Amino acid sequence: MAEKVLMKGNEAIAEAAIRCGCRHYFGYPITPQTEIAAYMSKRMPKIGGTFLQAESEIAAINMVYGAASTGRRTMTSSSSPGISLKAEGLSYLAGADLPALIVNIQRGGPGLGGIQPSQSDYFFMTRGPGHGDFHIIVLAPATVQEMADMTRLAFELGEKYRMPAMLLADGTMGQMMEPVVLPEESVDPESIPATKPWATTGTGMKRAHNIVNSLYLKPDELEKTNIERFERYAQLEKEECRWEEYLMDDAEICVVSVGITARVSKNAIVAARKEGIKVGMIRPITLYPFPKAPLAKAAEKVKSFLTVELNMGQMNEDVKLAINCSKKVSMCNRVGGMIPSSDEVLEAIRKEAK
Amino acid sequence: MTYEVIMAGFGGQGLLFSGKVLAHAALIEGKELSWLPSYGPEMRGGTCNCSVIVSDDPVGSPIIARPNVLMVMNEPSLDKFESAVSAGGTVFVDSSLISRKVERTDIEAVYIPATQMAKEMNAVSLANMIILGAIVKKTGCVAPEVVEKSLRETISARKAALLDLNLKAVEMGIRFIEENGK
Repeated sequence: MAEKVLMKGNEAIAEAAIRCGCRHYFGYPITPQTEIAAYMSKRMPKIGGTFLQAESEIAAINMVYGAASTGRRTMTSSSSPGISLKAEGLSYLAGADLPALIVNIQRGGPGLGGIQPSQSDYFFMTRGPGHGDFHIIVLAPATVQEMADMTRLAFELGEKYRMPAMLLADGTMGQMMEPVVLPEESVDPESIPATKPWATTGTGMKRAHNIVNSLYLKPDELEKTNIERFERYAQLEKEECRWEEYLMDDAEICVVSVGITARVSKNAIVAARKEGIKVGMIRPITLYPFPKAPLAKAAEKVKSFLTVELNMGQMNEDVKLAINCSKKVSMCNRVGGMIPSSDEVLEAIRKEAK
Repeated sequence: MTYEVIMAGFGGQGLLFSGKVLAHAALIEGKELSWLPSYGPEMRGGTCNCSVIVSDDPVGSPIIARPNVLMVMNEPSLDKFESAVSAGGTVFVDSSLISRKVERTDIEAVYIPATQMAKEMNAVSLANMIILGAIVKKTGCVAPEVVEKSLRETISARKAALLDLNLKAVEMGIRFIEENGK
């Protein structure tokens, strides 16, 4: 077995990206994700890659657009306010059908907000982070190991479906250290563009030009690109939903939570089980596509759902949609950088059990 | 057994580092662990803490609500965390920096004049490592001899010259527990 090392979540993302063949990082510092940029600034020059601290988040995402056009694995990272600035670029990436990795280590908002952990960009990320009709793939890791593993998954899914992919985590996940087995270096960065027939790699006078663009002035053509894109989204929704089920076999209450709150919830569920409360958890791993099917299935047997989130009830709505409002969906939440304690979650579970 | 350790004090006392050395030692022992820093606009002189969980079982939440091991290097941290310690837990107090005693009677207090001891070896910034030595000796959360290996692997290149002093500080903490019969 490969060696376990101790790393921060942010560092694990950076090292995993490099091992997956990413050689182009463009970013701008912002707490609590700056370790990604710091790590890249040390590693990239040593391996012939690009680390570039742009003049702004907007510049960085547009550099990603350029690098992604050439078919290379490329990424940027930021935290909530910085992601707002990247929204325009995300829309252009989506409109040009370009894969790229975007990392959002969320902090409390809105506005400049605070720098402590949050999950309040949920709507922003899952509903379409920019103008126009589009989605990005959104993955929600809950361990440092998943942060490394999902970095690879984000590159692979993004390329398969030709769309930007995001790792969406909270400040705690970025800052904490855990043992992690990093992915093997199995991808030759130079070989990746050749697998993308659309990439602007140079015609060599042998083929027509590849054009990367999101401008379509003829409405019928633009309509066609939108419809084709949503066919891909339908395929993605059908095939790529991921989630974890925890003690759901006999559960009468289903906790739904992601990231750090899923971990706090696990502690609370263990404590509630000791009191004889039949409670389990479904932890969505893909937030777009949202794992509706397992929730709908759970709705057939549980009495109620309880979302535990660091926002005012954003994923709560997705759970209601997934189960067609067929059961009660309660919520246990804290915002602004506060995190519910396992006792608070336990109390919310007890209330559901009454 | 699960050790939930909070190390708290002022920024600049090396609390995040001593937590990292403990976490890395747990990694070497093949245990489950997590390390979570307080983060923010923190600086030398501000408050600072880290939470380290060392366990035989997978770690759920890295956030510690009720530590069973508490290390405090300033009075505000003792005030803040004393009530959180689980019954039967142990508090390690740097008695050179904190004049008051632990008030609770259902937890054990270990008073170490760590900063004074570190001053005497002309390395005031190593009080954290003295207390770390005391913690591992007293609780057995990791084997004391593994801490040495962890330190060797954790210390940054910039501070490599201070490795021997760090090792000596850990050793002093271990000896303090041996000599004080705890």
